[in-house]
Amino acid sequence: MTSIGTGYDLANSIFSPDGRNFQVEYALKAVENGGTSIGIRCKEGVVLAVEKIITSKLLKPGANKRIATVDRHIGIAFSGMIPDGRHFIDRARDEARAWRDTFKTPITTADLASRMGGYMQAYTLYQSVRPFGITTIIAGYDSPEDERVDGEVGRGPSCGAGGKVAGKTHGGPYLYMIEPSGLYWGYYGAATGKGRQAAKAELEKLDLQGDSLTLEQAVKEAARIIYVAHDDSKDKDFELEMTWISGPDGPTKGLHQEVPKALREEAERLAKKALEDDDEEEAKEEKKDDDKMEE
Amino acid sequence: MDHRPQAWGRPRDDVFGPYDPSYLQTTGPKTATQQPIVTGTSVIAIKFKDGVVMAADNLASYGSLARFTDVKRLHPFLGHTIVGFGGDVSDMQYLTRHLNELAIDEAYDHEAASAQSGGGSHLNAANLHKYLSKLMYRRRNSFDPLWNAILVAGFDSQGKPFLGSVDLRGTAFTSPSLATGFGAMLAQPIMRKYAATEGDTENMTRDEAVRVVKECMKVLFYRDARSLDRYSLAVVTKDGVELSEDEQLEQQSWAFAERIRGYGTQTVPSLSGSETISALLALYP
Repeated sequence: MTSIGTGYDLANSIFSPDGRNFQVEYALKAVENGGTSIGIRCKEGVVLAVEKIITSKLLKPGANKRIATVDRHIGIAFSGMIPDGRHFIDRARDEARAWRDTFKTPITTADLASRMGGYMQAYTLYQSVRPFGITTIIAGYDSPEDERVDGEVGRGPSCGAGGKVAGKTHGGPYLYMIEPSGLYWGYYGAATGKGRQAAKAELEKLDLQGDSLTLEQAVKEAARIIYVAHDDSKDKDFELEMTWISGPDGPTKGLHQEVPKALREEAERLAKKALEDDDEEEAKEEKKDDDKMEE
Repeated sequence: MDHRPQAWGRPRDDVFGPYDPSYLQTTGPKTATQQPIVTGTSVIAIKFKDGVVMAADNLASYGSLARFTDVKRLHPFLGHTIVGFGGDVSDMQYLTRHLNELAIDEAYDHEAASAQSGGGSHLNAANLHKYLSKLMYRRRNSFDPLWNAILVAGFDSQGKPFLGSVDLRGTAFTSPSLATGFGAMLAQPIMRKYAATEGDTENMTRDEAVRVVKECMKVLFYRDARSLDRYSLAVVTKDGVELSEDEQLEQQSWAFAERIRGYGTQTVPSLSGSETISALLALYP
């Protein structure tokens, strides 16, 4: 960055002459040091997975979660500065509640992403604040059924169309990623944090736009990708944290929940096995190359 | 035109005479809710050895008019407690929204707690009953009560079946069987016949409890003019809440009604003195 030291990186509210906001770019650097987070969207639901680096043996296994529930049907994972992430989640929960207070219905994933994107963006505008040092992945399953309004006691007339249009579907799985600048897109597969490059390369190999990937396969892929993206040489140990959301007919009944222990362990076993197989293949190829050299 | 802002939007003084501000004044104290408007009638519940059964009909009355016939008055809370509401329906809606918020917040805390300790504790039925009793009592102390009679069923901290009631004044108590409203007069004695003590409920099976509750709902429909033959029935056990919102009263027998005279528009045959005595003897041999 040639413009560093020119004074344009000292505050949020000042652009550099070439139109950049350096504070936001530095925030992205903070994210790039954080543990990898990924999200996979498939037809049946969404999976979130996080590589939680174990910084000390004194930390309790399974504690200090990095994926949180918002309302009942949305999950948020983040990479970067953990306190920033915690605050972000608090704010998201407030937004979800405020939405319920006004509309008496759960917030949709798109609306939450929009509101939280706006919130992040506001932190790039003022002298008095710094941008969030996190990139967050928001996953949710909006109910495809007629959502009951909070406090509703009856169902109205049982005959007639009741305002419904035949064949029209609602809701479904959604995945968004918000960056420190406040920029957010909807994704089929999203990755952020230290191992995002490797993770993105793996995500691109999956058929996420078709409907071939089941939710359980997505869980297994998510575990494998986190293992692939993990850098053995730099960080010793990590914990895999995974949550998922399915539709009302699926295993979580439309709720955001932790992936059951049995399934997670199975996914981790397969992930480790896949890694070992890769290593063996690489070793073989290396050997082949060596043989060629000798010839 | 009168350019003074206080005159805008008002009938003109020169046409209609000056406004009489005494109409705006209220004499007497501030009043909040004085009576319920759209109401649900009785809620009844009885404990059995593995849980609690609760029922309430699906009617919301507007005075004596059966206004809404598809109103669900039993609400599950966090999947292991059921709350039944009698009394004002709008206050019930306010409370269920409030409980919904509470349940979401509780799930957040539970998520955090279970990550730290491996098993956080949920708000159970006994806790919720206490919470509601505090809420209702606070509202009555501010002279703005929530006009409801509430039953809370589920489990207490020891894992035993729990059944408690709270009313609009914050009066709270527990019992092996409970009924609100008309049910307290008509259904409670029947339920007491089957389960008068906690000991009795420990011997009662689920089927028996459901049968008793269904019997009580029938009696309530016979004798309570603000009731309906369609009702909701909930069974809370360790496995969770089973809620059926579409029950129908079966095997009704209105034979007893034929002897009832003196209400409504029917003509009452006048009897002579000796006929009265023989008629009474026929009734009470």
